[in-house]
Order: sequence, then C-alpha cells, then structure tokens
Amino acid sequence: MPVSYYIILASTLFCIGVAGVLTRRNAIIIFMCVELMLNAVNLLLVAFSKMQNIATPPGGVIVNGADAQIFVFFIMVVAAAEVSVGLAIIVMMYRNVHSIDINFLNRLKN
Amino acid sequence: MNALVLCIPLLPFLGFLIVGLFRNKLSRTMSGILASGFIGISFILTLVIFFSHYYSANAITYFDFISNSQYNISFSFQVDQLSTLFMLIITGVGFLIHVYSTAYMREEPPEHFARYFAYLNLFVFSMLLLVLGANYVIMFIGWEGVGICSYLLIGFWFKNNQFNYAARKAFIMNRIGDVGFLLAIFWILTKFGSADYSVVFSNSSTLSVADVTGITILLFVGAIGKSAQIPLYTWLPDAMAGPTPVSALIHAATMVTAGIYMIARSNVLFSMSPVTMDIVAVIGLATAILAATIALFQNDIKKVLAYSTVSQLGFMFVALGVGAYTTGVFHVMTHSFFKALLFLGAGSVIHAMGGEQDITKMGGLRKKIPITYWTFLIAVLAISGFPFTSGFVSKDEILMAAYAHSQPLFWLTTFAAVLTALYMFRVFMLVFLGGFRGSEEQQHHLHESPPAMTIPLIILAVLAAVGGFVQLPEIFGGHDYFNEFLAPVVPAFKHVGESLAVQEYYLLAGTVVGLLIIFLLCKKWYAVKQFEGKYTGIKNVLAHKWYIDELYDAIIVNPFNNIAGFLKSIVEKSGIDGIVNGVGRFIQYSSRQVRLVQSGMVGNYILIMVLSITVLFMVFWNQDLIIGFLQKIF
Amino acid sequence: MDITTIIFWFLSVLALFSAIMVVTRKNPIFSVLWLIVVFFAISGHYLLLNAQFLAVVNIIVYAGAIMVLFLFVVMMMNLDNLPVVNKNTWMKFLGVISGGLLLCILVSTSKSATDMNLKTIVLKDGDIGLIENLGKVLFTKYALPFEISSILFLSAMVGAVVIGKKES
Repeated sequence: MPVSYYIILASTLFCIGVAGVLTRRNAIIIFMCVELMLNAVNLLLVAFSKMQNIATPPGGVIVNGADAQIFVFFIMVVAAAEVSVGLAIIVMMYRNVHSIDINFLNRLKN
Repeated sequence: MNALVLCIPLLPFLGFLIVGLFRNKLSRTMSGILASGFIGISFILTLVIFFSHYYSANAITYFDFISNSQYNISFSFQVDQLSTLFMLIITGVGFLIHVYSTAYMREEPPEHFARYFAYLNLFVFSMLLLVLGANYVIMFIGWEGVGICSYLLIGFWFKNNQFNYAARKAFIMNRIGDVGFLLAIFWILTKFGSADYSVVFSNSSTLSVADVTGITILLFVGAIGKSAQIPLYTWLPDAMAGPTPVSALIHAATMVTAGIYMIARSNVLFSMSPVTMDIVAVIGLATAILAATIALFQNDIKKVLAYSTVSQLGFMFVALGVGAYTTGVFHVMTHSFFKALLFLGAGSVIHAMGGEQDITKMGGLRKKIPITYWTFLIAVLAISGFPFTSGFVSKDEILMAAYAHSQPLFWLTTFAAVLTALYMFRVFMLVFLGGFRGSEEQQHHLHESPPAMTIPLIILAVLAAVGGFVQLPEIFGGHDYFNEFLAPVVPAFKHVGESLAVQEYYLLAGTVVGLLIIFLLCKKWYAVKQFEGKYTGIKNVLAHKWYIDELYDAIIVNPFNNIAGFLKSIVEKSGIDGIVNGVGRFIQYSSRQVRLVQSGMVGNYILIMVLSITVLFMVFWNQDLIIGFLQKIF
Repeated sequence: MDITTIIFWFLSVLALFSAIMVVTRKNPIFSVLWLIVVFFAISGHYLLLNAQFLAVVNIIVYAGAIMVLFLFVVMMMNLDNLPVVNKNTWMKFLGVISGGLLLCILVSTSKSATDMNLKTIVLKDGDIGLIENLGKVLFTKYALPFEISSILFLSAMVGAVVIGKKES
C-alpha cells in the first residue's frame, strides 16, 4: 500500500475535523471534531511506524518502529485526560449560561 | 587702549546685566548709583579717548562675527572723530539723564526702578554699538537694539494698554524702516563682499548710478523709520507714553539721531547720488513744516516737544540733503542739548504739577519753580535761534546751506524756523507766565524739583547756551573748530562766493527782529489767565494732527488686522488645527474599528488561526517562488 | 485486487463517510454515534496494519470510555430544543473552504515529496504491533513517560472534580 494513500486518508479526516470545528456552534460537537483530528493523526503515525520497518532482521524481536505506536498510546492517554477536564468545563459553562453555544461566550470581546 | 575702547560699551551692558538680574534685591539708591556710575565711567573713558586723539581710520577688530566663503563680517569698532563725537553726546547726556531719573522715578517700587535703569543701560549700550561699529552689520545690531529698548521703555508702565499700543506702534514703524536698511546691507554685501566702511567707501566708485541710488534710498528708508520722518513719524508723539527722561534720552538726544549718524557716515555714497539727496532734503523739509504746524495747536506739553523733535529732525535732514553733513551733525549736537533740556524741564514741570501734562491747566509757574523757569527759557531761546545760543549757530548754518542750494528751499526752511519759534514761545508763555489755571490742590503742590533733577538742567542749560561757540562763524569772531574736527570723516559744506558775511548779517538782523515780534505776539496771546485750548476749523484739523493717524488706521492697520483675523480663524483654527486634531481623531476612529476584530467569539478566532496556518504553509513550502517574486519587485 | 486492498478501501470509505456524518448532523446524539463508527473503522485500519494492541485500546478507551462520557454529557444537557440563533451561513461556508484549502495544501505537499513516493506500508505482517513487543518497549525505554502519565491522570481527575463542583 503506497504510503501516500494513508497520508491522503489521514489528511482528509483531519480536514473534515477542522471544518467541523469551524462550522459548528455546539461546544460538544466541536470537542468531538477535535477527537476526530487526533484520531486521524494516530492513524498516520501507526502507518508510518509500519513504513519504517520494512525488512525484518534475522533473529530477534524488532522493536525499532515501535516508537510511533508508543507515541500513539500516549496520545490516547492525553486525550482521555483532556476529555475529562474539557467536559467538566462544558458542564460548568452550561450551569452558568444555560447554553453551550460558543457565540455566547464573548467575554473576551474588545 | 583698545581694551579701553571695548570697555566703553561693555560697561553699560554690564550695568544692564547686574541691575537687571538683581533687580529684586537692589534698593533704589543702589540701582541708581550702579547704573549712573557705569555710564559715568563710560563718559570718562570717552573723554580720555577724545583728549588723547586716539583716532584712526582703521578699525579695531575683536573677533570674526560671520565669516563664510563669500563674506567676512567681523566684530570691529571704528574709533574716529564722528563716532567719538556721538559717543560723547550719548554718554554725556545719558549720564545726566540717568542722574535726573534717580529723582524723577522715585515713586516706583524698587524692582521697577531697577528694571528702568537696566533698560536705560541696555539702550546706551546698543546706541554705543551703533556708533562704534566699523561695518554696517554691527551698526544694524545696535540699530535693532535701540529699537527694542525704545519698545521696552515706552511700554515701561506696562499695565496700561494704551502705552503698550504706543510701544508696539513705535517698534513696528521702526521695523518697517529696518526692512529698507537690511535690503541696503544685502545690496552692499552683494556688491562689495563686505560691509566694512573702509571697504565700501574706498571702492564706492565701482558702483553704477542705479546701484548707488538704490542703496542710498534704501538706507534713507531705514533712517525714515528710526528718525521719524514722513511717512513713518506717527510713532514719536505716541511714544510720549513713556517716562519723561526716556523721552529726553531716546527721542531727543540719541535714538532718533541714529538716522543722521548713518547718513553722515555714508556721506561718500550719498554724495554720489544727487537724486537721493534731493529726496532727503524734500522729505526733511516737508516733515519739518508738517510737524511744526501740528505742534502749534497741541495742548499736551510733551506732545508739543515730540512734534518739535520731529520738526528739528526734518531740519537735520534738510542739512544732509543739501550736502552740509557736518552741519547736520552739528545740529544733532546742539539739538541734543536743548531738546534734552526741554524734556527734562517739562519733566520737572510735570513733577511740580503732580503728574499733570495739560498746559491749559498750567500757567504762572515762574515764581514757584524758578530754576526750571530759567533753564527752560534758555532752551526756548536756543531752539528759536536767539543770537549766539547753540541753536542759533546751527540753525543759521542750515539756512545758509539751504540758501546756497536753492532759494525756495531757503524760504520754506525759514518759514519752518519761524513756526518753531512760535510754538516754543507759545508753550513757554502758557506754562510759565500768565495766571495759574489749575486746581487748588495742584497749586498747593507746586514745588521746585530736587537737586538731582535741577543740576542736570543747569548743566544742559550751560551747554545749550555756549555750545555754539565751537562753530561760530568768522564774522562774529569764531572759528569752525567743529568742521575741522570732523573733516577727516565728514565733509563740510563748501560755500562759494564772498557774500557769506552779508548773508550772515541779514540772518542775524532777521532773527532778532523776528524773535522780538514773535515774543510780543505770544505774550499777548498766551500769557493769560484764561485759556481753553479748544480750536475750530483749520486749527482743529491741525490739533488733530491732520488726521494722519486715522488715515493710517483706515488704510493700513485695519486691513492688516482683518487679514490677520481671517488667517487666525480660517487658516489657523480650521486648517492647521483641523489637520493636527484630525490626525488624532483619525487614529482614534481607526483604533475603534480595529478593536472590533476582538469579537470575543471563539469561532472567529479559530477560523483566523486556521487561515493563518494555511497561509503559513503556503508560504513555507513555496519559499523560493515567493522570494524570487519579492526580489523582482524590490 | 486482493482481499487486503478491498478491506482497506472499505474501511477508508466507511471512516470518511462517518466523519462527514459526524460534522453535519444536527442532533448531537447522532454525531456521537457516528463518531463511534469512525473509531471502529480506524480500529479496523489498525488491525490491518497489525497493530493489535492499539486497535483494542482504541475501542476500549475511545469508543468505550470517551464516547460514553460524551453521551452522558449530551444527555444531561437535554439539548433537544436548542434555540436556533442566527445561522451564519457565510461562516459555515468559510469554515468549509478553510478546511478544503488546508486539505489541498497538505495533499499537494505530500505529492511533491518525491522520496516518499517509493515507500510502501507493510500490511498484515510485522511484529511490532504485538502486545508483547510493545510492552517491552514501553516499560524499558519509555518507563518515565509512563509514570508521568499517571501523574497527568491524577491532575486531570483533581481538575475535573474541582471544576465540576457546585458552588455551595
């Protein structure tokens, strides 16, 4: 599988996520599009990990390309932590303003 | 010796600095002593120079003032007979007036008293600079300096707005004349590459007729402004707003004679231009007659003397205009004696009357203020040309020179002399003879002035009486010492023909008879108890100064004020202020608009972020293209 | 066309279609469900690449825990009657354009990277995706980040609790 296929696939998923972030007004949906972007990146990383390790040297476990997959693992760790805190913020915002429309959060105005 | 010469103007300048800077700390006595002392020392130094005959045609150079590739103007003094003579007059009469002022200005608070003397010293310094300068530029520096000091001194009592207007008027009219002077200096610099007298006068033959006529006319314009001739004379009567000693020093003895000095100094140039000489003579004559007619009907004692000054200056210019340079200078000297005496005497009268200047309210002061009476009488006789007074000698010389030049000039000048005697005797009679016309309390207040005021009067009276003997015509047993003294610098008038003696006798006889008639007439008309001082018809026009001031106001002053007002409100307020404020307002407006970018909406921010990243990527990955493109443009 | 390629294309199309569904649905619950489908598709890709561990972890953590959390919050918000405020179609347009622009740039860049054109991805083979190998690398070479991530979780928990507390 040529690597460019994976690159295009991941880029498209990423850009769909970007379009979602820019287009939607619901804070939760935006958050989910961010998760979508993260997953696109994960996919690409895993693909690259397989790209490096083309030939298996004789005897012994091959662990070279595993860095990328470890990285993906940690990305998932961070995403989980981020989701918990982010959702807590959204809940608190809903409690105060009774709406999760991001256009209502214009306290940074002027 | 050169250092001594430098000290002469430097001491009054020092006096100005000391008295001026410490005016809050010095007492009145100290200020008076310091200021008069400095002038006194300058006078003694001038006497030293005079008696040691330290004259030379070479200038004493101190340092380079302006020097570039085209011109070299150095700060140098020219100590020759003409400048020494003027220095004597300035420091001598100046010293007497300083002493007089210590008593006259006694009622001023100490700071203002000190300020007065500081200004007076500055004036003497500027005037000395004017006469000592060895080139036209230094003369101009002194010229401007005396202009400034006259402004400061006329407006001395600055709380009165009328006085400020008078001071402003004097300064502005001076400036109008100065434009002519400056243009003449530029012309001279262009033609000769230097403004030094020695260079200009020795190379004067290289000038074309048009050049020399232009230069001399422009120089004369400067003299018109400074010496109050037609049309720039209306400032002098208004300048009587200043204290009387100021009028004596500035407007009788020194500043107004700066124009005469300048023309006498430039006699080489003027002699080359007959056109200018005629103009000078005509304007001088017209001024003399005009001012004399106005003086006949003035009721303020100082205004009479002011118009008298204008008229006498006209006489001097007549003398210069016919080529009698030494005569003009001689009349300067005698005029400074008797005019200063007249003004100081008037000051004494005003002091005795407690500030009253209207002669309709004076009269019969003869018995109350005798010293003033006698000195004033001597001055009146001198100015009228009573035989053997200084005024007689100088005026006769002028008349004789005028006669030799042209007959009509002679008769018109004689007419002006008759008018002079008329108005002087009128004032004399109205003030000192007849009955007292003032109020009761003024009558009680009458007293003789203190010695500080009467001693200068006496000294000046002596000078006015005998000052003519340096130039007494040979018919009467004298010798023209004065002409001889000035000969290296200023030429005298050359009389041709042998009828000089006859003319002199006729003049003497005519003078005696005329004076007798005028004396009796004035005694009959003016030595009276009742005098209203109101005039009708033609006399009213003369009393209102031919309405010349009103004419100037309508033609020149009001249009200028209107233009200035227009410029202020339209150009300045709306235009320039508008632009300056507009810049500020524009920035405020644009910042308000730019502030709207921060809408507070997160979606907008993310959009801008994404777009920026896009642009960044595009630029980053197409670097070469973009750099090549930019290089093509720049 | 062997089976691997067919599976690859199927999974890709599924992922893309689901992603577009996520972005465009009005009802947030549908968005959440479509996102779960996306995760499944991506896990399928991981399996294709023999990254077994990551495939499973993806399902457990992302689809299982994170999305369920999202569902909790969405349902708690009770967002059926979302007040429809002024829809700025111009902004939507701009957003889509920006995304498309970004896509164009990324794709064009990848196309212009000539040394990548020859590399290929090895599917189905390889040992590095196995959980045993991954674990060896994780606990030897990356032991420190592993420990630090536990602290990260601690702070996240504390943060979530603090933020979510009701003002008493």
